[in-house]
Formats: sequence, structure tokens, C-alpha cells
Amino acid sequence: MPDRVSQLGGRGREPRRNRAVAASVTFLALLTALSAAALPFASDWHDVQSLDRAVRHPPSFQPVVSPEVFDRAERRPGEARSEERAPHGLKNIAFHLTSLLGHDDLGRSLMFRLLPAYLISAGIGLAAAGIAMVVGVLWGMTAGLIGGRTDLIMMRVVDVLYGLPYILMVILLRVGLTPPLSTLFHGNSPIANVVVLFVAIGSVSWLTMARVVRGQVLSLKESGFVESARVSGASTWRILRRHVLPNLVATSLTYALLVVPQAILQESFLSYLGIGIQQPTPSLGRLAADGVEAVNTFVGFWWLLVFPCGLLVITLLALNIVGDALREWFDPKSRAATLL
Amino acid sequence: MIRWLIRRLWLGLVTVFCVYTLTFLMVIAVPGNPFQQGQHRVAAETEMALRARYHMDDNWLYYWEFLRGAARLDFGPTFMYADWTCNQIIGSALPVSVLIGILAMLTAVMIGVPLGVWAAQHKNTWIDISCLALVLVGISLPTFVTGTSLIVLFCVSWKLLPIGGWGGVSHLVLPVITLALPFTAYIARLTRSGMFDVLSQDFVRTAFAKGLAPRRVVWHHALKPALLPVVGYLGPATAQALTGSFVVEKVFGVPGIGQHFVNAALNRDAGLMLGAVLVFSTLLVLFNMLADAAYTLIDPRIRQAL
Repeated sequence: MPDRVSQLGGRGREPRRNRAVAASVTFLALLTALSAAALPFASDWHDVQSLDRAVRHPPSFQPVVSPEVFDRAERRPGEARSEERAPHGLKNIAFHLTSLLGHDDLGRSLMFRLLPAYLISAGIGLAAAGIAMVVGVLWGMTAGLIGGRTDLIMMRVVDVLYGLPYILMVILLRVGLTPPLSTLFHGNSPIANVVVLFVAIGSVSWLTMARVVRGQVLSLKESGFVESARVSGASTWRILRRHVLPNLVATSLTYALLVVPQAILQESFLSYLGIGIQQPTPSLGRLAADGVEAVNTFVGFWWLLVFPCGLLVITLLALNIVGDALREWFDPKSRAATLL
Repeated sequence: MIRWLIRRLWLGLVTVFCVYTLTFLMVIAVPGNPFQQGQHRVAAETEMALRARYHMDDNWLYYWEFLRGAARLDFGPTFMYADWTCNQIIGSALPVSVLIGILAMLTAVMIGVPLGVWAAQHKNTWIDISCLALVLVGISLPTFVTGTSLIVLFCVSWKLLPIGGWGGVSHLVLPVITLALPFTAYIARLTRSGMFDVLSQDFVRTAFAKGLAPRRVVWHHALKPALLPVVGYLGPATAQALTGSFVVEKVFGVPGIGQHFVNAALNRDAGLMLGAVLVFSTLLVLFNMLADAAYTLIDPRIRQAL
């Protein structure tokens, strides 16, 4: 046993881990490319209902809904009917995929709800990471650099925001922000809905980042190279730019990447509680929650549960694998403070 | 120690006060009226009378009156549930959440810590890798997916446990497992990295060199310092498990406090919202303090600094 304990080399785990990271990155890249390519169709097709034949239709390779139904959804009111009947080119390929993952309780194509859902969820994750990156880093850096009373007050603010029950805050933010945002977006409530979620999830995503960055800055301030720079007469601004900031980049990028799966998970919880993304806008969490609600003891609509939940879990897993590997790479001694 | 305790209590009180104030500001800033909500509407005169009775006609007055009531542990009436006071609602729902939360945290510690120690001892073997995989899956699974899968497996297919409801021990099993899973994953990961750091330190090498049994070194000498990050995590995690299990409570139909947060906010039930927030933030502050105290007791370096 002692020889195992003293085995400090980082081999063994690495190759397998690298393979997992490579697989995760490939998966995320492919999925992003696919959903981006499908966006021109999906933006029109995700809410195409077909109540006559496609309601809860199980997965099939043959499209269940006729092309005209999708065609009709793309025409703006008053626009003339397009000449060609059969879809062609990319649209033809896309059309043949519409029933591949089955249809939901309104006969909508699950495939073309999942693809934009992925983009929306990824957008929420990235927005939260962006807010964490900007607000969290600035906040933590300011607190750490100035120190003293300012530091105490700024970190108290973080504590207080941590102490607010998250769900309550989200509901109140939604209620308070939806009417003004809806008028801002000319009554386009889906966009207002997504923006509110951006704000709600972003408003807490930066808290951990601020704590981590502050800790990092505090230890950098004590480090030898900052001290020697100060002794050799460098200005505060120069120390900040040349010595502190470069050392913060790796840590903050890594933690920002770990914010992405957390935010997607948050959104799925909110959607499950009915206060996240609202129908008909899809998100991974919304679809997974709908799938969970479709479960009953009599008839199994398994595709409604398996595909959305599977996609959600695999996406989160891939993001976590990449983020975790990055964290260990940049910061092998990290105490996983990100988990708090 | 006493000075530290008083300082922490004071800071905690300030935090709770700030959380209360912030919530109050949000409650009055958001449009909506508890007396004219959905089906539940009262006449204008009644509303005036009710507002006057509960000091709600003036925000500033209500702010202080509610705080004064809260100091005497009286959160006043709810405006949505007839014949219920906030105290009764919180009093009936909180014990349920506390029971599930504490059981889940115990489960998480009892599984997560040995798992992390085991993985750290066998770093870079298949044991470590499967432990890491388990951790990643644990933090990637949304609880409503885990819960639903468990229900399908144990209640529908095997008919081992009841699907929902509340009352017996059998109703506790699945919610506790579901709630414990992500916490187990975090604790295992924190224990692993903590244990791994400690095992490479000099005093552990000395212990091995003296010829102590590996089991004794790991469990008696190394475990205490290795658990420091876990202890730091337990404070906020316990508070989160006690009250933040909204999703798990909804999946299994458990009558806990989570639903009241959601309903109170949706109904703009000011009294219930403020009361629930006060309870939540007090618990959070208390558990953070307990974790810090445990931290101090475990780590002699910090203890001496006090």
C-alpha cells in the first residue's frame, strides 16, 4: 500500500482522460455545428404542430408529416404559396429527419425542437459564463486589490446574494422584468423570456468567480514577483496589467467554463419548476421536464423522455469533463472551490 | 474563541438583515398584489381594512412591523391560505425538509468520504477512474431525471417502494437517495483531492517510515486534515439540502418548504415570502458558522491564530 500512496506520477489516468476530453470536445463541436446548420429550418419548424397524425408518433425513418405543413409554417401571412412542392437540397435532407426522434404531444418534431433547444441552453450557459467572467473577475479583483474595509463590504455583498433563496429571486425578477422587456422587444415575449433567464442565472453565476478571483489576487499580492516589481518602482497599474491579470486568465477561464454546465442545469431546474423557459420556446431543460411529465404507468412515450434527458445529460457530462480536465491542468492543487 | 463567536454571530445577523432588506425591496418593487391574485380577490374596502390591520398601507411601517414580529418569531398571517398563519405553514413544512436534508447529507458523507479516500489511495488505477466517472455523472444528472428514473425503476418496474406520498420510512428512501447523489459526488471529489494532498506531506511519510499500518496512517493521521475542504463545503451544502431541495420535493410530492417558496413568490404573498426567506438565510448563516467552527476545531493552525 505505501508504494501506491507514494505514487505521485500523473500517468495512468492521463491517456484515458485525454480520450474522454477529446470525445467530449468532438461531441460538443459536432452538436453545435449540426444545430447551427439546422437553425434556418428549426427557427420556423420548432413549433409546427400536426394534430391529425403525428401526435406522440414514435421515432421513424419515414417522415410522418407532409412537407406542405412545414412549408406553410415558413410563409409569412399574405405571402404567396411557393411554386415547387417537394423540398429540395438541404431542406430535403432536413425534412427527412423530422420524424427520426419521434413527435411530441402536439405532433411537433422532437428533432427540430431539440436542435434549437441545444443552442438556447448553450446560449444561457455562455451568457452566464460571460457575466461571471466580467462581473466576477472585476468584483473579485477590486476587492482583493483594495483590501481593507472595501474588501470586507464587497465580500459581504457576495455573502448576502448567496443567502438569497435563488428560486424566489428568479420568480421576482421574471415578474418584474418581463413587462418592460416585452415592450422593449415589441411584444416578442419569447425573447423577453430568454433575456430574463439570462439576467436571473447570470446574477448569481458570478458570485463563486468573485470569491475565487479575490483569493487568487490576495495570494498574488503576497507573491515574490509582485513585491519585487513594487520595489523596483512599477506603478500600481503596471503591476496589475503585467503581473496580476496574466495570472488570473487561466483560473478565471477555467471557472467560467465550469459555469456553463451549472447554468444549463439551473435553467433545467427552473424549467422543471415551471418558471424557466416558457412554451413554445424549447430548451434542453424545458424538453427534459416535458419528457418527465409525459412518463406514466400505462403508456410509455419513451422517446419523449430518453432523447431530451439523454442530450441534456451528455451535454452536461461533456462540459464537465472538459472543464474538470482544464481545472486540473491549470490548477492541480485546486481544492475544487468551484463546487461551492 | 468567545470573541470570534460573538463576531461571527454579529456578522451573521448583519447578513440576515441585509438579505431581508433586499428581499423586501424586491417584493415591493415587483408589480402584483396579494389581495387581487387570480381567483383570490377581495373587495376594495376589505383590502383597505386588511392593509391597515397588518400595517401594509405604508411600506416603511410594514418593513419594521414585520421585522419586529420576526424578532418574536411571529411571521404573521398569510394572504393566500385562509386560516393559516405563516408560522403554521413554515412549522409544518420545515421539519419535513430538515429530515430529508439531514438524512441526505449523512448519506452523502458516509458514502462520499470513503469513496474519496479509496480513490486517493489508488490514484491512477481503474478504481480512481471509475470514481471520477461516478463523480462526473453525479454532478451532471439533473435531480428530476435521477428521481424520475428511480421511480420508474423501483416503483413502476419492481414495485418495491411507493411512488409518492409522505408518512412512512419507505417514502423517505428515494427522495433521500436522489437528493444525496450530487452532494455525494462533490464530497467524494473534495475528499479525494484533499486526501491526495495530505498523503504527499512529510508527516505522512514519517508515519509510514515508523512502520505504521497503511490503514492506520490513512484513517487516523491523514483523514482529519484531508477533510478540511469537505467541512468547509458542508456548511453551505447542508443549508442548500435543507431548503433548496425544491426539485426533489416536487418529483416525489414531498410536503416540504420548497413549494412554499415558489407559491409564495407566485402569489406575491409578502408575509410568507419574507418569513421563508428569513428562515432560509438564518439556516444558511447558522450552518456556515457551524462549518467554520468545526473547521477551527479540526485545524490546530487556525485554532492557535484565534
